[in-house]
Amino acid sequence: MTLTKKKRFVIRSVILALLALAVAYTLYANLKGDRDLVREGDPAPDFVLKDLNGNSYRLSDYRGKGVFLNFWGTYCKPCKKEMPYIDRAYRKYKDRGVEVIAVNVGETDMTIQNFVDKYGLSFPVVVDREGEVQDAYDIFPLPATFLIDADGKIVKYYEGELTEDLVEQFMERVKP
Amino acid sequence: MAQLSSNLLFAAFVVYLIAIGFFGGSIRQKKGLEDQYQEQKGNVSGNIAIGLTILGFLLQIGYFITRWIASGHAPVSNMFEFVTFFSIMFVGAFIIIYYLYRSATLGLFTLSIALLIIAYGSMFPRDITPLIPALQSHWLVIHVMTAAAGEGILAISFISGLIYLIKMVDQEKRSRKTAWLELVLYFLVVVLGYVLISGVFQGTGYQAEFEWIDKNGQTAVQEYHLPALVGPNGWQLQTEGRMEPFAELPPILNAKKVNTVLWSFIAGTVLYLLIRFIARKRIGEILHPLTKKMNEDLLDEISYRSVLIGFPVFSLGALVFAMIWAQIAWSRFWGWDPKEVWALVTWLFYAAFLHLRISRGWHGEKSAWLAVIGFAIIMFNLVFVNLVIAGLHSYAAP
Amino acid sequence: MNQVKCECGHVNPPGTILCESCGKILVESEEKKKVLDMRYEGTARRSQTYNRTLVDKIWNFFSSVKVAVTIIVVTLIASAIGTFLPQESTLPLSVSVKEYYESEYGFAGRLFYALGFHNLYGSWWYMLLIALIGVSLVICSLDRVVPLYKALKKQRVTRHAGFLKRQRLFSSGGDIKELDAHYELLKERLRKRHYKVLEENGNLMAEKGRFSRWGPYVNHLGLIIFLIGVMLRFVPGMYVDESLTIKEGETKAIPGTNKQYYLKNHAFIVETYDPEKDKAFEKTLKERGPIVKNYQTNVTLYKAESPAVAGEQPKLEKVKDYQIRVNQPLKFDHYSVYQSGFLLNEISAMTFALADKKTGKEFGTFRVDLERPQKKYDLQEGYSVEILSYFPDFVMGEDGEPTSKSQKPNNPAFVFKMVTPDKPDGEISFVAIQQNLEPDGNNQYQIKFKSVETVNYSGLTVRKDHTLWILAVGGLIFMIGVIQGSYWNHRRIWIQRVNSEVWISAHTNKNWFSLQKEIARILEGIRLPVPQDQLKDGNKRNLEGVLDGTVEQ
Repeated sequence: MTLTKKKRFVIRSVILALLALAVAYTLYANLKGDRDLVREGDPAPDFVLKDLNGNSYRLSDYRGKGVFLNFWGTYCKPCKKEMPYIDRAYRKYKDRGVEVIAVNVGETDMTIQNFVDKYGLSFPVVVDREGEVQDAYDIFPLPATFLIDADGKIVKYYEGELTEDLVEQFMERVKP
Repeated sequence: MAQLSSNLLFAAFVVYLIAIGFFGGSIRQKKGLEDQYQEQKGNVSGNIAIGLTILGFLLQIGYFITRWIASGHAPVSNMFEFVTFFSIMFVGAFIIIYYLYRSATLGLFTLSIALLIIAYGSMFPRDITPLIPALQSHWLVIHVMTAAAGEGILAISFISGLIYLIKMVDQEKRSRKTAWLELVLYFLVVVLGYVLISGVFQGTGYQAEFEWIDKNGQTAVQEYHLPALVGPNGWQLQTEGRMEPFAELPPILNAKKVNTVLWSFIAGTVLYLLIRFIARKRIGEILHPLTKKMNEDLLDEISYRSVLIGFPVFSLGALVFAMIWAQIAWSRFWGWDPKEVWALVTWLFYAAFLHLRISRGWHGEKSAWLAVIGFAIIMFNLVFVNLVIAGLHSYAAP
Repeated sequence: MNQVKCECGHVNPPGTILCESCGKILVESEEKKKVLDMRYEGTARRSQTYNRTLVDKIWNFFSSVKVAVTIIVVTLIASAIGTFLPQESTLPLSVSVKEYYESEYGFAGRLFYALGFHNLYGSWWYMLLIALIGVSLVICSLDRVVPLYKALKKQRVTRHAGFLKRQRLFSSGGDIKELDAHYELLKERLRKRHYKVLEENGNLMAEKGRFSRWGPYVNHLGLIIFLIGVMLRFVPGMYVDESLTIKEGETKAIPGTNKQYYLKNHAFIVETYDPEKDKAFEKTLKERGPIVKNYQTNVTLYKAESPAVAGEQPKLEKVKDYQIRVNQPLKFDHYSVYQSGFLLNEISAMTFALADKKTGKEFGTFRVDLERPQKKYDLQEGYSVEILSYFPDFVMGEDGEPTSKSQKPNNPAFVFKMVTPDKPDGEISFVAIQQNLEPDGNNQYQIKFKSVETVNYSGLTVRKDHTLWILAVGGLIFMIGVIQGSYWNHRRIWIQRVNSEVWISAHTNKNWFSLQKEIARILEGIRLPVPQDQLKDGNKRNLEGVLDGTVEQ
């Protein structure tokens, strides 16, 4: 039994198509980077962390507001640089329904307090002592910023130092 | 027990040396071409030669077993042990091939290289070392021994490929081929040079201690066993009366290793020039007469067959078992560690070799060159990757 | 193109070179050859026959062995390049990648980084190479195995004369009476050598090892399955790879398990070889120093009774106790936790004393817990020490100000303010390991280091890998195929009556010498001409005289 021209064409096309699909998927998966959890469009994992005074902050309590979630450390230079911008922008947008939660990666209270005092930060600063929130958000490089909308969805993930303009833009974006 | 082990190895070395002589004699005694129709008793010399080879092999097995008993673990855990074990597999593979093809020429060359390998391995620290936790597993035996067996079989293809080239490359006039072949032989001389120079200085117990500044600005100590031609960054000689280096190396390089490599090349080059000067011929030319009695098609078949036999064993040992063990010990079956990558490179190379042989155009000389390159890759993995490119996997003996 | 009907009656697919059944040459150009190309039994390899559409052209491209070898070689070279300098993944996390290559390796490093080689094995083009190997595997195999299988199935015993005389091993002019006389003997000898013997009209065909022809295709299938397994790792959920650093006494959620599982580190133990007990290693241990014999983490595995959000501690119930060692991971659910590394003697607390520099008199000691340093430590009446700044991993910043590299207490440093009755405004002292600075000039008091407490951290790796079994199956099939194809040969011997002569032809896919030897043995004592290698000139391969000793070796 020999293949008719048409049959042969169909079989070959199907096989090639499948192969092309596999290759394309592999390349796509590789190019989209290491983050396969917690990407833009995903719901933001809920968490609860305490600040330096022992007050608890739970992310899901902020439904209805936009959240500017920033992960930082005092030893991270770009984090230091962007803090003043975030504080300034926060003061502006606080009344427009945007909250800032700054998650410290787990340094000592003293170090964090010194930092907060030095920069006069007015937004909630919580401490992820166990590192669980960093795991949940797949944090690797610092600083890392997530924009969460009023429905609890991540609309943007930004890695690296923010400029003052960007901070403003971001806050504007998650304004409910 | 450990001493017995060393003695057995030494005895094997001597026996192989004698066997080489008999293989040489066997070649001379043959009247026609060597091809596979030697299945009759063969000549007296040849029989003595293979008998001695088997004896040497058994002595080496004896070394292996006694060392296993002495150390409590399979003796394949450091550079010396592995290289020596590789030589055992190499000779073992040869014995099997000998009974298939009865080639005394193959014997001559194989044992010579086997001696070189044993000598090279012996230059490394021979102390019995205990196993670090990562090596405490049955897989040490399974993976390392199978991989070495595969490499030993593949190495036979190198020998027959080399003999092929020595026989077939026209030595009448200089050409690119004579140059490349000579380069391969030169490298063998360099290894010999390394063995001689290390042997001499180790024999005299030469030792020189240097204090130096590493790349983090910390003070460190390096102990040299060869006179220092090059020294480490910011060196300060601690041992009195020892040679002071001519040049200082940046801290990123391991000065002691560079020094050893330098010495190897110097000794090797001197040795090579001496040979050229005395013989007035290229080494390829000198060795040529030894290969005249060997049928080149048979050499080609031996090359191909050893790759065909060795490739599955190598795949199994160096890739499959390696991946299984890596998964168990390091939680990931593949990590792109330099040694893993070079095992992959070796595997891909021999896969390419087998595929190229589908075309008749690649039989014969091209195949021989490929067999030589393949062995070079294996040796690169053994020497460079183990010693120079340190990684999770290295036996790096400083 | 049309199907071709052979004179023997068999209808062949278009493009067939040798009739599938009798082997007659159907393509004129082949008749000129002395020896036939038997690699694919003369079947119409689809790709060589049809070349019209784009689909065909792509198919033909990937079905070429030359292309496959090229891809293999390129992959091989690319892989080697990635080993010249360390890959990005091996660098410590705190380092800036680009700077590292430039500062450590200079120009070579800059070039390496610029070309993207620092992350070679994860780059899109390397993946593309591997993917192309996969594509080539599929198409090469399909293109050849289907026709080959059909041809070997359809072959007849009696072959066309043109086929027989163009086999590589061939002899003619045999005496028919000799064949008749030893017919049964020949069959028996062949059978003894594991040949399957078929007869047709007094013609014999002996075949063995056909299964080894499929070896390459089986191993290709194995590789394809393996590559599919590799590809599946990208699918979210199939693969988890996390690391957990946990110190003694701590209970932490196991990352990657969504807080379902917790681990408590009871103790981390390191043992070194004892030169007294293990005498065999005495010499080595004396020269090289201590060598680690074993390290393990004694843990308890807990399961969370109810789901909890990050940052919350749920109620835990114990699952089991285990000692995690290298080569002996903790396994539960689909997860495995491996012992990968450890940090010994990390400083957890430091005890200092406030003392008068001149007299050395101490006014009290205080203990600083490096995780929870206090702002102030009261010592005696009027004596206290305040910590103004704490740098866990001290480095001098570029601006000359002290700062910290990370949050890990690798190199603790403090700025202390010593408050004493006679110095109520306090004196400032900067204290680091082996460093004591007094920024305000000569102090009267100093902080003396008294003692340190350490703790051990265990480094664990957490894995979940649903693709492992696929990779294992692929690997197994690959090994079967490679053994199947390498260690056996496919051999066929035809002994046929042609024009009142006996012709003997033989074919194998490899190891021609061995086949010749075997045939010579089979024909021993029988006066039929031994097949000669038609590809050899000068006929050094004349077997005839050798076995009966008439030709000297």
